[in-house]
Amino acid sequence: MALASVLSLRSRRSRRLEGRTVIRRRILLAASFVVLALPAFAVEPSEMLKNPALEARARAVGQELRCLVCQNESIDESHADLAHDLRVLLRQRIAAGDTDQQAIDFIVRRYGDFVLLKPPVEPATWLLWFGPAVLLVLGAAGAFIFVRRRNAGAREPPPLTPAERQRLDALLREPN
Amino acid sequence: MVKRLLFIVPALLFLALVVYFFVALQPGHDPQTLPSAMVGRPVPSFDLPGPPAPPNYAGPPVKLGFTNRDMLGRVVLVNFFASWCVPCRVEHPVLMGLGPAANVPVVGIAYKDKAADAVGFLNEYGNPYVAIALDQTGRTGIDFGVYGVPETYVVDKRGIIRLRHVGPLTAESVAREILPLVRVLSAQPQ
Repeated sequence: MALASVLSLRSRRSRRLEGRTVIRRRILLAASFVVLALPAFAVEPSEMLKNPALEARARAVGQELRCLVCQNESIDESHADLAHDLRVLLRQRIAAGDTDQQAIDFIVRRYGDFVLLKPPVEPATWLLWFGPAVLLVLGAAGAFIFVRRRNAGAREPPPLTPAERQRLDALLREPN
Repeated sequence: MVKRLLFIVPALLFLALVVYFFVALQPGHDPQTLPSAMVGRPVPSFDLPGPPAPPNYAGPPVKLGFTNRDMLGRVVLVNFFASWCVPCRVEHPVLMGLGPAANVPVVGIAYKDKAADAVGFLNEYGNPYVAIALDQTGRTGIDFGVYGVPETYVVDKRGIIRLRHVGPLTAESVAREILPLVRVLSAQPQ
């Protein structure tokens, strides 16, 4: 009996200590998940080029090209079959000696400007590129004019005429 | 005057937006459909093998494997399909009715499909193609700018791509866009 109670005492104490370590460990683990979380890329090891410099270029170019199946992802991020094929094709071109621009042009010739996540600046895309800036300038100008007019309208009222002054004094003197 | 403009311009912009939304929300308008970079350009060069045996389907002999040069001199429809592609099954009856009715040859390129599966698909649903080729790597598909099967291309007599249809053909899309174009192109000299 005594032994059992001693045992249970000890175990309760050690359990409390253990519990604290476990919680601390869990917090650390969760923190490490948050800190070490990296964006997931779809590039598979089998696709990669042996030459790290060329692979780095292929990665950079792939991030500029839109996957046509999942249209909000780059081919670097997408797991679609076509994205895989385009990644392999891109690496073939780069390994064969294409510059980044030549490799991009190769894909654009087939799929059009739409594959570029950054569309080129040309008359058809002026609205896209400069529209927001123009809207900002227009809005700022509008706000400026509005504020100036409001301030101009809020000038000091003219001083009271003697007649107004008399009427006011009379009103203030009235007993309520 | 300036003050009036201040009211009219936003109203006009709003009207333009309404018109745009009205057009964009029409049933036939698919924002996912991409303009093709290949329309107006020559068919990319390819030389694809065919399956080892034709589908066992009664009809005129089928050419197994073909190149882009084989298509010169006639208006041709190039149809990318695959046995694993569900919308291809949806459009298949349309293709079956198309060749004889429109008197236009349809060639089929099986996109990333096994020879046996592609032929099995045609054995089961019928063969609308005068020639069948296999694009097992999908590389010819990429050269055409294919981003999902089925896709259909109208190619003129000189081998220039004139139209690209993304997704399954329907009786309506055939009557409205494919056949009128085929008629116009067929009337052109080579």
